[in-house]
Amino acid sequence: MKPKSGLTRFYNCYILRDSKIIKEDLWIRDGKIENPEQVFYVEQLQADVTVNCEGLLIAPGFIDIQINGGWGVDFSYDSENVKEGLRKVSKELLAHGVTSFCPTMVTSDVDKYRKILPLIKKTDGGKHGATILGLHLEGPFINLAKKGAHVEELIRIPENGIKTIEEVYGSLDNVVIVTLAPELAGATEAIKELADMGIRVALGHSTASLAQGEEAVECGANLITHLFNAMLPFHHRDPGLVGLLASTTQKQVFYGIISDGIHTHPAALRIASRTNPEGLVLVSDAVAAQGLADGNYHIGPQHVTVEGGRAYVTGTKVLCGSTTALDACVATLRKSLDCSLEYALEAASLHPAKALGIDNRKGRLNFGCDADFVMLHPDKIKIESTWIAGECVYKCNKM
Amino acid sequence: MNRIECMMSVVWCRHERSMRLIILEDAGVVADWAARFVLQRITQFAPGPGRHFVLGLPTGGTPLGMYRRLIDFYKEGRLSFKYVTTFNMDEYVGLPRDHPESYHYYMWNEFFKHVDIEPGNAHVLDGNAADLVAECKRFEELIAAAGGVHLFIGGIGPDGHIAFNEPGSSLVSRTRVKTLAYDTLEANKRFFGNDISKVPRQALTVGVGTVMDAKEVMILITGAHKALALAKAVEEGVNHMWTVSAFQQHAQALFVCDEDATLELRVKTVKYFKALSEEHQRMIQRRVEEQRVIH
Repeated sequence: MKPKSGLTRFYNCYILRDSKIIKEDLWIRDGKIENPEQVFYVEQLQADVTVNCEGLLIAPGFIDIQINGGWGVDFSYDSENVKEGLRKVSKELLAHGVTSFCPTMVTSDVDKYRKILPLIKKTDGGKHGATILGLHLEGPFINLAKKGAHVEELIRIPENGIKTIEEVYGSLDNVVIVTLAPELAGATEAIKELADMGIRVALGHSTASLAQGEEAVECGANLITHLFNAMLPFHHRDPGLVGLLASTTQKQVFYGIISDGIHTHPAALRIASRTNPEGLVLVSDAVAAQGLADGNYHIGPQHVTVEGGRAYVTGTKVLCGSTTALDACVATLRKSLDCSLEYALEAASLHPAKALGIDNRKGRLNFGCDADFVMLHPDKIKIESTWIAGECVYKCNKM
Repeated sequence: MNRIECMMSVVWCRHERSMRLIILEDAGVVADWAARFVLQRITQFAPGPGRHFVLGLPTGGTPLGMYRRLIDFYKEGRLSFKYVTTFNMDEYVGLPRDHPESYHYYMWNEFFKHVDIEPGNAHVLDGNAADLVAECKRFEELIAAAGGVHLFIGGIGPDGHIAFNEPGSSLVSRTRVKTLAYDTLEANKRFFGNDISKVPRQALTVGVGTVMDAKEVMILITGAHKALALAKAVEEGVNHMWTVSAFQQHAQALFVCDEDATLELRVKTVKYFKALSEEHQRMIQRRVEEQRVIH
């Protein structure tokens, strides 16, 4: 376990709490956010350590629930050096303010699932890297018609519900999100069973109608994978999965948005956010090419070419995930939506935490939550330092 | 000769045992003056290890500006609370400590968290104590153990109450449990979602006698709605229906008010005290040595 932190008071800072940026000190102890009023009156203690933040903003650490890899590592492909690859990505993410993430595997063959899944375990974060919340499995239970960059031959139908899913994936112990197309045979049953197991079901790579989407939500799905991408375009007679944003289902539906400035037009971002502001979850959907220069790489068994920061299936103009980390997505979102800084930051922290049902400990700076946070320059959204469980795990050189 | 004429007949300054009324322009000036006075008193006392300055503190809207100025002084390095012990006047019974209307909450958010006071030296009555009577006794003992209060600061209600010593309270009362008057519940319900059933019906409060024991008392009074209370406190006799009037008999009591609060005073009273304003300004400006000479 990581060392327990003493009672620490961060002062001369602004903090994002309850959707507001306020001038307030942040107190932490033993990796959790403390209530200083309680410490003062009941324990009658003063801080062991004080940290002058020099006017920086403290926000909850970013949570990326869809990331395929980065820095040359592809979670779906490199079955030989899984742990090493994971280490590399989780370490590099710290510089981008990401304190927790869900390594994401795209449609792969059974052999890859069997080799890779058991090796990607839920892991606490620290100096070695961001917290691994569990896997996000995107495919193979998706619609061929909306395969995007996924390999056609490997796409499956969950005809026997959870049984087929387990046959393909093996153990689901390390899995927290499964993206599937709800219109496939057996998908409705699978959604119910996955939801019962506590796994979040995301709808995506799908041609589902709104009615099919609503049924899936009723059965337990609560996410839409990279909204607008790999689904039917909005149509006024049947708005499809996009229509879930304004659906009359009682449950809050969350939707992943890639706001790298390429995947989704700013007007589309605004439509989504104005329709359902609480549901917007920023995802990087970053591929191995993230953090790398232009050139040829692979995502799953497929070849990818990066040109001018865009990742294409080699030889085509099909986008296959972004090369932008979450901190840059926050900045882009803020610019595209012309929204408050609070909203943009919460879209990358509180909203994903809510989508995963872990907002009682992550995604907020409320008392009792994990002390996972970033210090940043509010004007530039530039990460100055990243902290996990109260420990500084990344510091920008200039500090 | 009525009380005012009697007061006026004494030569100010040379008479130590009397009440002063300091009339200032507005609430902002009152806040600033009060904070400077606290600064002056603490500095003069020169607190240090084993030598704490003991301060009695109020809550409410009136002293808010004073706390902000004191925080400024602390941040500017002009004042430290490291060797200051504080006692708060009152607290509701049964209200959670972190309820936005609790006085613990007020003191933490408006003052304590901004300065260097030691948590163990900041005393607020515990309205959630299992034994409220024992809590009140403990508070009195703590004050005694601290050597008494050097400066007790208070505000007053429109009905002239100090702390929760509502009209009719004994003027020699000590710290105790008080059932609140209906007027007070009615006045406070705006802080509790306009639902009178949510307003705590009891409070713990220092007694008038507790405050009277302080070496010096400073009462802050601002706003036209406090004008009648100020007139009752200053121009009429000591009366337990206006508990703050008890401080006419305190050896060293200051009433600091703004112009609005003087609306019910006689012109004569206002003119008399205003004529002393230069003297009052010197109270917060003089160097420590000179200050001692005045007293």
